[in-house]
Amino acid sequence: MSELTDLTLAEARDAVRAKKVSSVELTRAFTGAVEAARPLNAFVTETPERALEMAKASDARIAKGEGGLLEGLPLAIKDLFCTKGVRTTAGSNILSNFVPPYESTVSQNLWDAGAVMLGKTNMDEFAMGSSNETSHFGPVFNPWRSRSSNAKLVPGGSSGGSAAAVSGSLCLAATGTDTGGSIRQPAALSGIVGLKPTYGRCSRYGIVAFASSLDQAGPMTRTVRDAAILMRAMASVDPRDSTSVDVPVPDYEAGLDAGVKGLRVGIPKEYRIDGAPPEIDALWAEGVAWLKAQGAEIVDVSLPHTKYALPTYYIVAPAEASSNLARYDGVRFGRRAQGVRDIVDLYEKSRAEGFGREVQRRIMIGTYVLSSGYYDAYYIRAQKLRSLIARDFDEAYKKCDVLLAPATPCPAFAVGEKTADPVSMYLNDVFTVPVNLAGLPAIAVPAGLTKDGLPLGLQIIGKAFDEATVLRAGRAIEVAADFNAKPERWWRAA
Amino acid sequence: MNSAGTIKGQTGDWEIVIGMEVHAQVLSDAKLFSGASTAFGAEPNSQVSFIDAGMPGMLPVINRRCVEQAVRTGLGLNAKINLTSVFDRKNYFYPDLPAGYQISQYKSPIVGEGEVLIDLADGTTIPVGIERLHLEQDAGKSLHDQHPDHSYLDLNRAGVALMEIVTKPHMRSSEQAAAFLRKLRAIVRYLGTCDGNMDEGSMRADVNVSVCRAGGYDKFRATGAFEHLGTRCEVKNVNSLRFIAQAVEYEARRQVDILETGGTIRQETRLFDAKAGETRSMRSKEEAHDYRYFPDPDLLPLVLDAAWVGEIRKSLPELPDEKKARFVTLGLSAYDASVLVAERDTADYYEAMLASGAEAKAAANWLNNEYFGRLNKAGLAIADGPIPAKANSAIVQMVSSNLISGKIAKDLCDIVWNEGGDPREIVEARGLRQVTDTGAIEKAVDAVIAANPDKVEEVKAKPKLAAWFVGQVMKQTGGKANPQAVNAILKSRLGLPEEG
Repeated sequence: MSELTDLTLAEARDAVRAKKVSSVELTRAFTGAVEAARPLNAFVTETPERALEMAKASDARIAKGEGGLLEGLPLAIKDLFCTKGVRTTAGSNILSNFVPPYESTVSQNLWDAGAVMLGKTNMDEFAMGSSNETSHFGPVFNPWRSRSSNAKLVPGGSSGGSAAAVSGSLCLAATGTDTGGSIRQPAALSGIVGLKPTYGRCSRYGIVAFASSLDQAGPMTRTVRDAAILMRAMASVDPRDSTSVDVPVPDYEAGLDAGVKGLRVGIPKEYRIDGAPPEIDALWAEGVAWLKAQGAEIVDVSLPHTKYALPTYYIVAPAEASSNLARYDGVRFGRRAQGVRDIVDLYEKSRAEGFGREVQRRIMIGTYVLSSGYYDAYYIRAQKLRSLIARDFDEAYKKCDVLLAPATPCPAFAVGEKTADPVSMYLNDVFTVPVNLAGLPAIAVPAGLTKDGLPLGLQIIGKAFDEATVLRAGRAIEVAADFNAKPERWWRAA
Repeated sequence: MNSAGTIKGQTGDWEIVIGMEVHAQVLSDAKLFSGASTAFGAEPNSQVSFIDAGMPGMLPVINRRCVEQAVRTGLGLNAKINLTSVFDRKNYFYPDLPAGYQISQYKSPIVGEGEVLIDLADGTTIPVGIERLHLEQDAGKSLHDQHPDHSYLDLNRAGVALMEIVTKPHMRSSEQAAAFLRKLRAIVRYLGTCDGNMDEGSMRADVNVSVCRAGGYDKFRATGAFEHLGTRCEVKNVNSLRFIAQAVEYEARRQVDILETGGTIRQETRLFDAKAGETRSMRSKEEAHDYRYFPDPDLLPLVLDAAWVGEIRKSLPELPDEKKARFVTLGLSAYDASVLVAERDTADYYEAMLASGAEAKAAANWLNNEYFGRLNKAGLAIADGPIPAKANSAIVQMVSSNLISGKIAKDLCDIVWNEGGDPREIVEARGLRQVTDTGAIEKAVDAVIAANPDKVEEVKAKPKLAAWFVGQVMKQTGGKANPQAVNAILKSRLGLPEEG
């Protein structure tokens, strides 16, 4: 092993269990890497002291022969998960001083399993964005650079900080959240694995809400095996989240290498879009060939309402967001504008100063589509379309077990390249959004590089609560792709 | 104004039409979507969970007890229970609304149409239709009087469960409006679903008032078409039964005056000012908020098990109407029965008297004619009165069995009221037993006749003077003589006819 930070989550787990390396050693290696990677701006808040305390406690447990599934393993937490006593900003100015007095269920599950917190990762403000450029704390830079240029690239978003931290080996793994692709798109753009589980698989308690009917937490890791390990630790039914679902959490790692022989893999024809770079289609075709070679049965399927997914999403998500973000009013917590005349002035100034442009745009869209006279035309029709989109998947799953599709329509792009045109930015999620609308699990797996040396991902979409099959098919892609490229650590010299 | 709610105007008769929206706080230990306590009168902000404060990432979880209470109330209102209902968000900004939205039920309430029978002063009952009942969160309280230029917030009430009960426009007068609220309060108190305390704000009414030309209401009832009714105004902040009557009368008169001078009524929300006894404009329909209702994505549709609803139905107590009917079968008049059932405490007290042996009609008369008067005079509720039901029952029973006279019963009541004690023991100890021994009464009668020969002459011309003799005999016997026996003996001794 060259560096401790190059270990996968599984390798580190085994090494710590076997007492080949202590949690403190491992943690020190990562806090050093985090510090050295500040030019990437992947973290909003680093918690090295807390990490060391947690690592020492883990080592003590391990010495006593105790320890959980993730004992002593340093992780990064997206800054959307409330962490008790540790500032939680959601990437927003309005929460720039917010320290929650409570812990999210998902992060609590991780600490209960013995994990160590390295810090809180940067993200698009309130998870609204696909490039991590809407963060109040500045953009995150992708560890990957193209062969032809040193231009700084976006890591994708909204879980851009987590993606960069995993890709740049600043942590063993990270948590993300995915409302319209916010785990899978940055995973694909950063050359890592990202799993969005079924809606209801992870508790949303303590996760700052963006669009409640779409938000799901999931793992961001360097390998499919690591995703399986982290997924198991994150998932739970939670009496504090009425939308969490009581389905047993299996040992996802156990069946990971069972292969795809006989698995029926659907190829949705609507995911072939005009204007996509030929490399995307070529990689998709390669993915089909890999699975077929391993014994999968390839089936052509149709998801006819796919083209309505983005417009549907951009009604449903802002509608919910406009309501979810009403609580940020400067009255009880968060940032409050000074020198105000009255309560309306306090609201207007606090929100104008506290929210960035993209968040303001979505609040306005959401307020509009819920307004009297527009509700039926937008919100109700979007809900109907959402049902049709979900039904497309139900129909497809009569013929297949999983679907194979590209994860994104393009590789990582340059910082600033798409900020002027929101619609071109929204198009980044064209392959991921339908899955959120249908509440299904899907994984993005790095599968190849562009000619310019940038990572591309393939996506496996599964049936509800069938994360196990999604992971198994993802693992098959991973094995065939044999993707082991790593970004150069240019930031260390910077 | 009469009970049918007609107003005589310059240009003819007008009818009043009233509908009501009542907010009743659910009796439950915890709030609708959080575990925080609902106790009244706690230190400000001492009963606020992270959910109630609208903290980031906090999620509502429905309190089963509140749902049960809403179902129980719906059943008590003879209403349809909707096995599937939906919680919506009602969005608006106000500092006492921490999340920026109230969780309520908009399109799919938990309870649908029902009916309440209201009891009027003339002993008649009329039905008032219930449109719906839904569950929603209460808001917190803004305190503007704590600091010259700052407002304070108390979020103790934020998130407490309310039932909003909406009637159809079936009430026709201020009397009916007050009778409805009184009946509704009785029902929820019987059910134990709301304490009905209007002065603590646990029951608050908004009253919708409109006026129309005579005959308009009947056309509305025949067709269901609202065009036959006038434009309504919603009067908010009506916090007592007395204010309801005042608010309705003022508002109806105001509308008639406008219409008769050629004006039109603007649909608006008005505030009742109890001090001035008038209603004032708060906001017009055009100024109304756009609440942007949509289903709350944090909550699944509320689905009830029909068997569970059936169990709740089986566990319902006897409600005022059933109790009243039963009391009537015991020999009470409809009026007496409705007085006794109007408050659960009163009915319970009455039934406790019956349980310990009092005869139904005698007990009812004693309460209505004697004991309630004393309580009113002392300003006491029945639960706070000094005489236990068992003691009043004993007094009534002693009268019924001629052990004491009605007069002694009143004296005895005074004693028990002031000193407490077992009425039977007091009667024995103080020798208050009624004298039924005819010999002793005859002796007393004879003595009075002998002592008053002039009166004996007079009474022959004026038989009404017999009462004076009765009084004298009672005086002689210390009130213990049986009045019927005294009457009979007097009449025979004085040679008066039996009746007269």
